[in-house]
Amino acid sequence: MTNNILLQLNNISVVYSDVIQVLKGVSLAVKKNHIVSLLGSNGAGKTTTLKAISGLLKPENGKVTEGSIVYDGMSIQNSAPETITRQGIIQVLEGRQPFKYLTIEENLRVGTATRWTRPYKKDIEMVYSYFPALVTRRKALAGYCSGGELQMLVMGRALMAHPRLLLLDEPSLGLAPLVVKEIFRIIKRINKEQETTIILVEQNANMALQIAHYGYVMENGKIVMEGKAKDLKENPDVKEFYLGVGAGGMARSYRDVKSYRRRKRWL
Amino acid sequence: MRKLQFHPCGNFNERYEQELAIFETDFGRVWLWIGLFVLFAVIPVISGPYMLYVLNMIGIASIAAIGLNILIGFTGQISLGHGAFLGVGAYSGAILAISLGFPFWLAVPAAGIITAMVGMVFGIPSVRLKGLYLTIATLAGQFIIEYDLVHWEGLTRGTMGIILPTATIFGMELDSDRSFFYVIYICLVCIALIAVNIMRTKYGRAFIAIRDNDRAAEGMGIPIFYYKLLSFGISSFYAGIAGAIWAFYMISITTEPFTLGLSIEYIAIVIIGGLGSIPGAIYGAIFITGLNEILRWATDIFMNMGISTGFGLNLAALREFVFGLVIVLFILFEPKGLAEVWRIIRSNFRLWPFSY
Amino acid sequence: MACKGANMEFFLQLLVNGLSVGLLYGLSALGFVMIFKSSSVLNFAHGELLTIGAFLFLVLVTWARLPIPFAFLITLIGCFTLGFIVERLFLRPLIGESLIYVIMLTVGLASMFKGLLLFVFGGNLHTYPDFLPEGLAIHFGAIYVPPVYVASSIIGIIFLLLFGLFFKYSPQGIYMRSVADNQTASLSLGVHVKKVFALSWAIAALVAGMSGIVLGIINGTNVHEISAIGLKVFPVVILGGLDSIGGAIIGGIIIGLLETFTGGYISPSLRDVIPYIVLVFILLVKPYGLFGLVEIERV
Repeated sequence: MTNNILLQLNNISVVYSDVIQVLKGVSLAVKKNHIVSLLGSNGAGKTTTLKAISGLLKPENGKVTEGSIVYDGMSIQNSAPETITRQGIIQVLEGRQPFKYLTIEENLRVGTATRWTRPYKKDIEMVYSYFPALVTRRKALAGYCSGGELQMLVMGRALMAHPRLLLLDEPSLGLAPLVVKEIFRIIKRINKEQETTIILVEQNANMALQIAHYGYVMENGKIVMEGKAKDLKENPDVKEFYLGVGAGGMARSYRDVKSYRRRKRWL
Repeated sequence: MRKLQFHPCGNFNERYEQELAIFETDFGRVWLWIGLFVLFAVIPVISGPYMLYVLNMIGIASIAAIGLNILIGFTGQISLGHGAFLGVGAYSGAILAISLGFPFWLAVPAAGIITAMVGMVFGIPSVRLKGLYLTIATLAGQFIIEYDLVHWEGLTRGTMGIILPTATIFGMELDSDRSFFYVIYICLVCIALIAVNIMRTKYGRAFIAIRDNDRAAEGMGIPIFYYKLLSFGISSFYAGIAGAIWAFYMISITTEPFTLGLSIEYIAIVIIGGLGSIPGAIYGAIFITGLNEILRWATDIFMNMGISTGFGLNLAALREFVFGLVIVLFILFEPKGLAEVWRIIRSNFRLWPFSY
Repeated sequence: MACKGANMEFFLQLLVNGLSVGLLYGLSALGFVMIFKSSSVLNFAHGELLTIGAFLFLVLVTWARLPIPFAFLITLIGCFTLGFIVERLFLRPLIGESLIYVIMLTVGLASMFKGLLLFVFGGNLHTYPDFLPEGLAIHFGAIYVPPVYVASSIIGIIFLLLFGLFFKYSPQGIYMRSVADNQTASLSLGVHVKKVFALSWAIAALVAGMSGIVLGIINGTNVHEISAIGLKVFPVVILGGLDSIGGAIIGGIIIGLLETFTGGYISPSLRDVIPYIVLVFILLVKPYGLFGLVEIERV
């Protein structure tokens, strides 16, 4: 059974600049070929969790102080990002950070950094097959592309590395609903066709739970709830606080305001 | 009478005046008066002429360094032309005194104003330039001013230099190191106070906003070009004052000292002292001037020793090496400068024996 | 008529001189652009890197009496290693610090290197033995291009092509540009950022060393003079745009022509400032230089 698990976080704590504790004992497990979504409000520690996995805490003066991160049988907490990425963990940063002065195609080529001696032509074709919108812009500077194109670009860039575990940080941030739908469809496809395991951090809980297999809810640096995506979707608390559907339908009389009292009973 | 306060005890201010005070506690104020007393009543009496000369150089360097710190440390515009502005100040002071017969007390501020204007002219590129490109534009300014000082012979007498008349103030002749000591340090105290206070006004806050993020500052409604120019103006005003005093103190000036090397020395002062700290500029000036004197002294000794062996000749080179090494070590190990070192030492004393 | 011919000749000779001096400037600026392009560091110690190259070659050729090609090769390897060490010891601890500290660090390094060089070699002029074949010289009517200039032009063009191709097509070149662009994003994709910095310093020092040798062949090696060329690099690269390889060469040629023509027609003393005067005006019109990338800022 444990063979099935690709990544396991055991009770990790993360501290920034030796003083600010952001994660307070987070444990989660990610099965192979699953999409796991990580939900939570702003500042809950989702991005920090991803950075703890990918090793990007270091440039921000953060550290995993307790617990362990086990990836494919190896413990990788506090390793350098260069080593972690070479194990096949690639993070797509929040807020689309393209290389503005490189063209789309050059951006994609940066994705080959973990295996730069091998040919890349076929991979670029593969990325274009997922994101046909990029083909027409291949010679354009990334700095002049639209938000939707950039999101596709940064995801494609990550795919170039053939990740076994892809960490997606808010891919829907600031995009039009139609584009978001498209992006999520592609995420699902990548997961199926490339057999890539994906951890998906999202504010758009509805979308995320639709494509995910499993979900975790974070709050204040802790995991407060977990379950199969289907179950989470039906959970009254998740429904109310993350999906924006009032418990017991849309009608909200003054009496129902009492339900606020019940808010977040896990805290 | 209320009790004197010696220790800050939390941040509890009851009146607005308390927020506005420069010194949090009476302790600081008492020390200030003690310091000023020592500075003006004790030091000049006990120091010999050489010591006074060194102290005067420190004072002049401090005035110019405070100006540069306003520009670099507070407004975030890196300028490589400060040495040239010092030259502009020195030459305008000298020319005003010689050609127009300005007395000392008038020539110095006038030189400051002229330099401020020149500084603003060379600050104009900051409309469109940022960061490195602006730094290079000020580097160009340095070379252009240097060229003008040497080649505008009708005005500056070129490489011949200018001899200044003895400075007089209120009928007294400033002919000794000691009398200049008082002039320089009174200027320094006033100018440091003005600088500290500028940083606490709307102008200072605008400078800091521009340093931290000029786009955001612009978005908040700060006219950034106006404030950048103002910062260039204030900074070169200080340089002009320092330059003019320097010219009167030295009696004769040439174009030689006002090179890129001097500009770099001033940046070193500001960094070693601590960016964005007015006392830091003074610490830095003490450190670099002191280092220069020590190196000069060491060179002299080795020169004398080396006359017989022929080995001493290259020690000027070693001086350059040590100077560079000090800068590099400071940046690598204490980039916040002497002001930070001093703060740490002070709080260690205050908090001893419990370091938290 | 004869007078006019002489004028024309003078003009052409200035043109040729300007072009070759300009190419030299461009070549010297290449290494500078390398460092800036990958790590956004403005290297004030560049002139000293040139000087180190020139003197290393001098030592190997005149003191150790190695054959020229061999000495050339060892100098390049030495400079490469030096760049590597400098990055490792001094620049790496400053990754992520603000601009002014990095600038000042290179200023401090410049002072250290210069002091050391002066200590060892003194401020006198040293010369290499003549080794370039006279056959390289070009005679064009009355105009004479000395072999050094021909050689430096050839080297300049070769390196320009090499670097252009390197940055445009090779993986390492693209990684270097990506690091200059967005460090965190490069890290997230597994680019070995520290390696990139080290490599760019090493390559820059190598190019600088080579330019230093060429400069030394032309004017002889003198610590003060060659390190002063390091300052001339600034107008050159700013004109071309700090991050453009081709721009560096073109900027170099413009500055070279500007200098020789001002020297020839207006006044020799104006020669050294004219680049800076022109620089200020160009910056006012085109804040990112002639070929520099416009900063794409999104708030």
